[in-house]
Amino acid sequence: MIKIEGLHKSYPIGKDSLHVLKGIDLHIKEGEFVSIMGSSGSGKSTLLNIVGLLDGHDEGNYFLNGQLIKDLNEKKAAILRNKFLGFVFQSFNLISYKTALENVALPLYYKGMARKERLKVALDYLEKVGLKDWANHLPNELSGGQKQRVAIARALVTKPKVVLADEPTGALDSTTTDSVMDLLKDINNEGMTVFVITHEEEVAEQTKRIVRLKDGVIISDEFTNAAKAI
Amino acid sequence: MKFLFDSDTWQEIYGSIRKNKVRTAITIIGVLWGIFLLVVLLGAARGMENGFNKLFGNFATNSVFVWTQSTDTPFKGFQEGRRFTLTMNDIDVLKSEYSDEIKLLAPRNQTNNLIIKDFKSGNFKVSGDYPILDQIQKKQLLYGRFLNQNDIASIAKVTVISEDMYKQLFDKDEFPIGQYIKINSISYKVIGVYKPSNTIDFDGDCAYVPFSTFRKVYNTANKVDWMMITAHEGTDIEQMESDVLLTLKGLHKVHPDDERAFGSVNLGKEIGKITGFITGMQFLTWFVGIATLIAGVFAIGNILLITVKERTKEIGIRRALGATPKSIRQQIVLESVFLTTVAGMLGIIFGSVVLFLIDMAFGQGEDAALINPTVNIPIILIAFVTLIVLGTLIGLIPAHMATVVKPIEALREE
Ligand SMILES: Nc1ncnc2c1ncn2[C@@H]1O[C@H](COP(=O)(O)OP(=O)(O)O)[C@@H](O)[C@H]1O
Ligand SMILES: [Mg+2]
Repeated sequence: MIKIEGLHKSYPIGKDSLHVLKGIDLHIKEGEFVSIMGSSGSGKSTLLNIVGLLDGHDEGNYFLNGQLIKDLNEKKAAILRNKFLGFVFQSFNLISYKTALENVALPLYYKGMARKERLKVALDYLEKVGLKDWANHLPNELSGGQKQRVAIARALVTKPKVVLADEPTGALDSTTTDSVMDLLKDINNEGMTVFVITHEEEVAEQTKRIVRLKDGVIISDEFTNAAKAI
Repeated sequence: MKFLFDSDTWQEIYGSIRKNKVRTAITIIGVLWGIFLLVVLLGAARGMENGFNKLFGNFATNSVFVWTQSTDTPFKGFQEGRRFTLTMNDIDVLKSEYSDEIKLLAPRNQTNNLIIKDFKSGNFKVSGDYPILDQIQKKQLLYGRFLNQNDIASIAKVTVISEDMYKQLFDKDEFPIGQYIKINSISYKVIGVYKPSNTIDFDGDCAYVPFSTFRKVYNTANKVDWMMITAHEGTDIEQMESDVLLTLKGLHKVHPDDERAFGSVNLGKEIGKITGFITGMQFLTWFVGIATLIAGVFAIGNILLITVKERTKEIGIRRALGATPKSIRQQIVLESVFLTTVAGMLGIIFGSVVLFLIDMAFGQGEDAALINPTVNIPIILIAFVTLIVLGTLIGLIPAHMATVVKPIEALREE
């Protein structure tokens, strides 16, 4: 599903450049549940953004669903994101003036689905994350955990191949963290590839594979007990 | 174009307009003000112009009036301060000598007399005139007709009186035409009643009688009090004025440089001054109007810039969810065009209301300062479309910038 070979990425800072990713090799197969761990600044988000086509890379090859990602124009990137990828962000990134239902339905709008149909589909997904009753609430009327569940419903609504989550539980307390992780596990059990960033061991342990980053290189890549249990 | 008829497009625009109330209000006020000013300015200018035009409306604007005074220079054995009168001979000479320039030439003789009708009377001006007077200064007739060539030829004792004279001399509801009034004890048949011009007018309330009749009754012989001359189209009227005066000076043995001997008014010159004023005012209106429009364009552009800036993050989110750059641009542009259109229409409506109020306040009645303060719809539409197109083009720049950066840059924005 995701295949990365010798990936490098630097950020220009003034005249210098900051070498963030220094040769990453990573292969994630369809249906995997992978977490990336590492200290702050180790390049986790950078990696995920490249995987999510939100950012470009400097060197190396990246294959998404077998397709080499190279010199992608924005239009094609937008279509690929809409088709293959679902995003969950630490800060939720819901659109504040749209209701929960409208937020969830938005990716379907860009897919070109008719309004009636997409609101129906969106409502199904809200039900799935247990927020059917909150469909017509604005984001600021929801708790952090509820917002993140709306964001997850939004990431799932297009039935993407891969769900990318950058510290999805970073802003949540432990009980809501568990409910969000349960959701991600459910999604993975349905066969979706899930790729999360976290710096919490308890969260990482619930995934099936942990990739550890340090200073822009992978220092370990292991299956967890959760994976071995199956 | 299909996206224009998509209810989703409008749903999105409605959502973002509702959310960004302040920005919406600022855009609307900015554009509304621009169009409003333009409508009111153009309308008021047009109204004043119409007012001026009406002022001279029933007067041939290429007229010169000439009369005699007294000489200020001794000449050919005559003393300074000599008085003399124009004569019918002068009229004939001018007519033949200036046949290329002069279109109409009306000699006039006037006096004041007591006019009596039954038991009512009043003192009024009496004027001996030719029918062509009606062509130089159009007479608005309420009843009957003006003098004609037959009246002149037959030396008829007929008269055309003013509305006020009719009201003063006749009983209410009494039909004036065919009735007789006594001017200086001589009976004249009333053949017409006119409404005096409320603008430039040399006659006021005046009983017009045929020139020939006046000559006979008042025994004026060849004497002419004064004359009105109108020029053919394209004639240099100032040149004609000085040429005519020079000829008259020669006929009456007046020194060519005598400034006082003849009095004259050149209506064309007077109008020229006012026309210059109107031109200046129109220029000012356009200047202010165009400046307002340019300001409006920048206002729209600036607001779009702010819009895009404060919504960078939202744009980033939308792009992460699969919005193409085109759909982002479309939304931003359509939103601004929609707002501008609504604001522009409101501006036109408010402007029209104000013009209507101005018309009510200053445009009514006989002596109105403004007449029909209206604007050209095409002009406003052109201004309107220019505003939208230029504003949008300027706004496309930030919209474009928002879509060329990597989505992650937009998402990082706080
Ligand atoms: N747009 C950017 N410009 C410059 N430096 C950046 C940018 N994004 C991230 N960095 C730097 O790259 C490094 C890795 O960042 P990131 O991938 O966000 O780390 P992590 O998510 O692991 O905390 C950090 O030192 C960060 O400051
Ligand atoms: Mg990070």
